[in-house]
Amino acid sequence: MSDETKSPSPQPEGEKPSSDKIAGGISSGTPPPGGAKPPAPSEKPAVAPGATPPKPAAPGEKPAAAAAPAKPAAPAKPAGPTPQPWDSPLVAKLTKQFGSGIQPLTYLGQNYLQVDRSLIPTILQMLRDEEQFDYCVDITAVHYPKREKQFDIVWILYSFSKNERVRVKTQIADAEHIPSAVPIWAAANWLERETFDMFGIQFDGHPDLKRILLPDGWKGHPLRKDYGIIQQDQEWVQINLGIESGQ
Amino acid sequence: MPGFITNYLDKNVHVTPGQYGSPFWALVYILLVFGGVSLAVVCMNWLERKILAHMQVRLGPMRVGPHGLLQPIADAIKLILKEDIVPEGADSFVFLLAPLIILVAGFSVYCVIPFGPTHAITDMNIGILFMLGVSSLGVLGIVMAGWASNSHYPLIGALRSSAQMVSYEVAMGLAVISAVLMTSLNPAGTGTLSMIGIVQAQYAQHTWFIFKFFPLGFIAFFIFAVAMVAETNRAPFDLPEAESELTAGFHTEYSGLRWSLFMLGEYAAMISVSSIAITLWLGGWMRPFPNLLQGPTWDLAFSLFPALTFFGLAAMTFYSTMRMPKHPYFRIQTIGLGAFGGVFVLIALILLIPRVRDGVQDVYWFVAKIAVFLYLYIWYRGTFPRYRFDQLMRVGWKVLLPLGIGVLMATGIMGLRTEIWDFVHRLVHI
Amino acid sequence: MTDPNSSVSHLELEESKKTFLDANELVINMGPQHPATHGVLRVILRLDGEKVMGLECVIGYLHRGVEKIAEHRTYTMFNPYVDRMDYVAAVSNGLGYCEAVEKLLNIEAPPRANYIRVILTELNRLASHQLWLGTHALDIGAMTPLFYTFRDREEILKIFEKYCGARLTTHAFRIGGCQYETYEGFEKDVKKFLTFVAPKIDEYEELLTTNRIWVERTKKVGTISAKDCIALGVTGPVLRASGVKWDLRKAQPYAAYKQFDFEIPTGQNGDTYDRYLVRMAEMRQSLRIIQQAVDAIPEGPIMAKVSKVMKPPVGEIYHSIEAPKGELGYFIVSDGSTQPYRIRVRPPSFVNLQALDLMCRGQLVADVIAVIGTLDIVLGEVDR
Repeated sequence: MSDETKSPSPQPEGEKPSSDKIAGGISSGTPPPGGAKPPAPSEKPAVAPGATPPKPAAPGEKPAAAAAPAKPAAPAKPAGPTPQPWDSPLVAKLTKQFGSGIQPLTYLGQNYLQVDRSLIPTILQMLRDEEQFDYCVDITAVHYPKREKQFDIVWILYSFSKNERVRVKTQIADAEHIPSAVPIWAAANWLERETFDMFGIQFDGHPDLKRILLPDGWKGHPLRKDYGIIQQDQEWVQINLGIESGQ
Repeated sequence: MPGFITNYLDKNVHVTPGQYGSPFWALVYILLVFGGVSLAVVCMNWLERKILAHMQVRLGPMRVGPHGLLQPIADAIKLILKEDIVPEGADSFVFLLAPLIILVAGFSVYCVIPFGPTHAITDMNIGILFMLGVSSLGVLGIVMAGWASNSHYPLIGALRSSAQMVSYEVAMGLAVISAVLMTSLNPAGTGTLSMIGIVQAQYAQHTWFIFKFFPLGFIAFFIFAVAMVAETNRAPFDLPEAESELTAGFHTEYSGLRWSLFMLGEYAAMISVSSIAITLWLGGWMRPFPNLLQGPTWDLAFSLFPALTFFGLAAMTFYSTMRMPKHPYFRIQTIGLGAFGGVFVLIALILLIPRVRDGVQDVYWFVAKIAVFLYLYIWYRGTFPRYRFDQLMRVGWKVLLPLGIGVLMATGIMGLRTEIWDFVHRLVHI
Repeated sequence: MTDPNSSVSHLELEESKKTFLDANELVINMGPQHPATHGVLRVILRLDGEKVMGLECVIGYLHRGVEKIAEHRTYTMFNPYVDRMDYVAAVSNGLGYCEAVEKLLNIEAPPRANYIRVILTELNRLASHQLWLGTHALDIGAMTPLFYTFRDREEILKIFEKYCGARLTTHAFRIGGCQYETYEGFEKDVKKFLTFVAPKIDEYEELLTTNRIWVERTKKVGTISAKDCIALGVTGPVLRASGVKWDLRKAQPYAAYKQFDFEIPTGQNGDTYDRYLVRMAEMRQSLRIIQQAVDAIPEGPIMAKVSKVMKPPVGEIYHSIEAPKGELGYFIVSDGSTQPYRIRVRPPSFVNLQALDLMCRGQLVADVIAVIGTLDIVLGEVDR
């Protein structure tokens, strides 16, 4: 990462804070805020086969784009590390059982499984019971409005005995339900409620699926990409707070 | 001057106005006591905040007056001016009555508290019984306050409070009885319930009851000292108003003056139970070693204490005055603090006048002992976490109550030990 | 499953049929304005007398939509926002975020930066634990420790202020290292603080550890087994007090933690008293780490080469650190642009708070307060 010379390279001292902020400010102006974001970024499976090791070029390329923040903003496709196939006894076992239903990948040293929606309950159960992934770190979702299956659901799991993390991902369409993980990990309860609250994803079999952070009766799911950053449920605000607008 | 004023001032009168049958002087005493206790509550308020603050590495009130000395006045004005809110769903009559009951119960106790052999409103022959009865009326006020608020926190607070006060009253009563038993240890074999009589019995027996039949007297005193903290809902037994659990317990819904009546009642109760403990176990108004260190020299030496105390206070004040910042902004405060010191010096000088000096002796020692207790109250508050309800009950019923019964029985046996010994002796020799 | 759009909680629905005098069970609302819920937590308690039959947490009063904001800020611009989540451990939040983005960018902070990060993070852990101790003791009725801990926490905040100008929401780190070189006398200040605070921790313990009332109030209160902890995803001191020797600083070392010698204090019973002891021991371990770090702090640059405009390659990363409250994770999805496509924060307080129901059932009202205190939640982080 030393072959870069022209940019005002960030040295410890000096007036870096200001320049840093300015750069940030400019670049934030370029993409339009709000709903319409560039299309689905990570169709990982498609890019998989490349044999490049996960490390090398990323920081090398990017400063080049950074030198003049305004102009080459748009496509500049940094050919950074790409997801690699992930190989381990666990993976061998899973692929043997489920075949093409799962795609084990690794990115920057972090392993994840791209799993078919139909296999989710079995795989999660199996990961906990047979592979000791006894700690459900997090459940969340990512919204890709341009994609046909709009949502990525992500389970981040950890195994105390193996000291190993794995992410399980699946794609579901809008309004599609997904089985709840509460019977598998009690921790999933609030995490799924939050995912429901923020994305409107229904978890079947959840004991008490209702909003958790937003007030009950709120309309809309704010972490969807089509939900504007200053958007509010005006009706709720008017009825419950007695004010015209919360802005 | 009318006779009803002068007759009580007769030098040969050695009884309380109540006993003497002088309504005028009784009224004067009532007003004096009422005013004195209210003043004491105000001082206590300031002292508590200050002492607690210094225990907790902070300064406490510093803004209103020098070293916050006028803070209680500012507080009083604030509380009086505050809106008096009666919640919508509350039973307003009971709601308004509750603080008054607490106040009346808290202050009625002072009828029988002897600040000196003649310095009491009256001397009832059932004094201690009266005091136990009246002070437990305070529970009624608390229950009424909690119930009438029609709110959950006050209700729970009131229930806790009633359970707590009733349970601790039992242990308290047992401890008191063991002290009363001790009063009967005279040749005539007659005890007394009169508060003045109890102190005189201690004088006659040449010991404070806390040291009587050591450790029995001490254990009884200890039981009382624990129970009295619970009785007055103070830390570590402040569950009824545990602010971290029940916001403010039974007085959550009260505001302004009515809330301050609760506070007044609470502090008055603290002072009254302390004075009972002092009367029963710590020799009441008597100065230390009244029998041992007798004679005119010792009398003179002890009679100088009140003046010395005020000189000490004045010295502290003047020292603080010197340490005040020299900035002109603090000039008024410095002058004010100096004036406080001046007042203390003045009081001290007045206390040096022989007639006054002898007159205030009893009251001084009584108040000094109360001050120690109040300091303990503050100290508890600064150090102890709060008990949980079931633990509180366990301490009350499973520790203090059996202990109280044991002490009572042991005291009885000790009191009758010669008789019992004779009896056994006779049995053996038959 | 209840109707997700119902506007009343199921506990309240039961209540509406009765007046409170008819009911055997009393439903009370603790919070959101309540002195002991550490912010704006609302707990609906179902009581039988003083016994807790069940409870439900209502959260979200402090929801600011941090994750949504992240999608509209650049990576650099979002950095200060993370400080506002767990505002009593802002440095830890910043560390987690910066390291996550660094991982995504595939860069590494230089060693000196890592040492500075460790020192500040551990100081912050100490500050967070001190604040926890003070408020927890206050909830249980001991007023004085609060002032003692705040007095000593002040010294930490002074160091922060001298280092980066801010006391609470410090924004101390930048992606790629640290913004500021340590000030003149930083090491001296830290060392002075270490000698100053060690006896103070003994002082807190003197007030509480063997205090009978404290022991009675905390022993066997809010007990949670290791199994339940793991099932509920509870991490941090709560997990360790249940006997699981797991600390991300050891399990998956980040920053410079590999270089330091320290222990993971654990308890056995998983009750409030053990959690208290574990946190007290953690304070001492933090001191140990700081001592080692400040003795061995290397010279060198404090900033890796990072471009002004950060465009992490398309991909996603999960990185977590051991925040004072437990595992604090960041799941970042990049679409190759200057703004994160999605940032998910895995807040320890949020997940730990789930255990409140389990820990309080069958206990008394006073214990609920003790348990809320011992979980050490910060509502800014729970609600984000």
